Amino acid sequence: MHLSIDRDRCIGAGMCALTAPEVFDQDAEDGLVVLRTAEPPPGLRAGARLAAGLCPAAAFTVIEQEGAGSSPPGEQ
Amino acid sequence: MQHEQSAPSSGQSAPSEPSAPSDLSAPATEQTAHQAAAQPEPVTLPLTRAAGCPFDPPAELAELREQQPLRPMRYPDGHVGWLATGHAVTRAIAADPRFSSRYELLRLPVPGGPSGPLPPAPIGDLTGIDAPEHTRYRRLLAGKFTVRRMRLLTERVEQITADHLDAMERQGPVVDLVQAFAHPVPALMICELLGVPQSDRAGFQEHAAMLSSPDAGLEEQMAALTALTECVGELVPAKRAHPTDDLLSDLTTTDLTDDELAGIGGFLLAAGLDTTANMLGLGTFALLSHPEQAAALRADPGLADQAVEELLRYLSIAHTGIRAALEDVELDGQLIKAGDTVTVSVSAANRDPLKFPDPDTLDLQRKATGHLAFGHGAHQCLGQQLARVEMRVAFPALFGRFPTLRLAVPPEDVPLRDAMNIHGVHQLPVTWDKE
Repeated sequence: MHLSIDRDRCIGAGMCALTAPEVFDQDAEDGLVVLRTAEPPPGLRAGARLAAGLCPAAAFTVIEQEGAGSSPPGEQ
Repeated sequence: MQHEQSAPSSGQSAPSEPSAPSDLSAPATEQTAHQAAAQPEPVTLPLTRAAGCPFDPPAELAELREQQPLRPMRYPDGHVGWLATGHAVTRAIAADPRFSSRYELLRLPVPGGPSGPLPPAPIGDLTGIDAPEHTRYRRLLAGKFTVRRMRLLTERVEQITADHLDAMERQGPVVDLVQAFAHPVPALMICELLGVPQSDRAGFQEHAAMLSSPDAGLEEQMAALTALTECVGELVPAKRAHPTDDLLSDLTTTDLTDDELAGIGGFLLAAGLDTTANMLGLGTFALLSHPEQAAALRADPGLADQAVEELLRYLSIAHTGIRAALEDVELDGQLIKAGDTVTVSVSAANRDPLKFPDPDTLDLQRKATGHLAFGHGAHQCLGQQLARVEMRVAFPALFGRFPTLRLAVPPEDVPLRDAMNIHGVHQLPVTWDKE
């Protein structure tokens, strides 16, 4: 899994940092998203997917690696 | 938003909800033609909650959602726009920048407003403006309300909560939980956060009370908001001259003008005073009305985090949102024309069985993640992480302190904030067994 963020879209609501704090943080100054890892290990991927799906500003792109590309991110 | 997320061919599976149609904005020509022929008569927005169901949205909303989650609606001024009641379509509208939040483009969905669009947002009112103005304010404020920063306030919230529970114990039973707990705890937090001096707080509270008074009309509420803004305005020069460790002082170091600082400060105060207070009041009423749920929270305070999300979903106190289409938008097989007002029923969306199974049941064990109680899109609640910290502390503390807490009046005698922007209770008389 590879995560990328669009800080121009981000509104700093904090849904990602709330949902998957091991993967996402917020900048202390502007509150915008900071990726703690762009390649979350398997144990953190479900949380990362959930957090990306919850983003109110659709600021994330989740690219699943070979073999996992067809599984849609969701809120499970 | 959805249209930017549907690029499966590139191997990118962008975030979307499993329950949402894969592409809400897809032109469904046949379906559109079919629906146009059978277009239902515009409805008016159902406003009345059924007697004995203080937590449920007006019952007609469920019927409307089942028939058609996005449908024509007649506004009190005669305008024919739209009403969204489904979760997926509400979420899509809130996230789509083709729908504006500018007050001067919006028709009020409830009686009592002007004939025609609303007046424009006063300076600093973030809910009534669009990008880029909104983005500028939001960028200046988002860093002050991060998850991390708000969690640092946990200890202070715990202390304020404990102080008020102590006072309740001394004072009662019986006490009005709204006066003794639900209102003052978040009020004190937002005043401290902003940097409102102790000596000014009574005045602030008075104006804030008018904002949520059952007897105040729209004009009186606007006057109260103006007064609140003026109070903040009087603080600004002092904060510029002698900054203290608070949000208002922080903001004086930005490029915001004095008028903007006053407006934003008044807006944040109003938002912080009237929202969490109603969640605490109505949430307590809901838990007392579902004793098995209250018992679950008492037995396991660790349930608090998800209990708060479920209460947010179930109660949806900010029950209705409004947008206006800036251009023609095809959505859910319907054509929304530029200029049409779209009302989104957050309370109906959060009870959509396609998103939440058995939606009318309050179930603290449920994963209510994905609810729209804080809104969605660029305007999603700025203070939501503060509200979460306050509620995660306050509910378990209240139910832990008073194991026998119960209503002191029959439930039908609890005065509801009927037909107000933010749902809740005006009073909640409670009692308990003294040890």
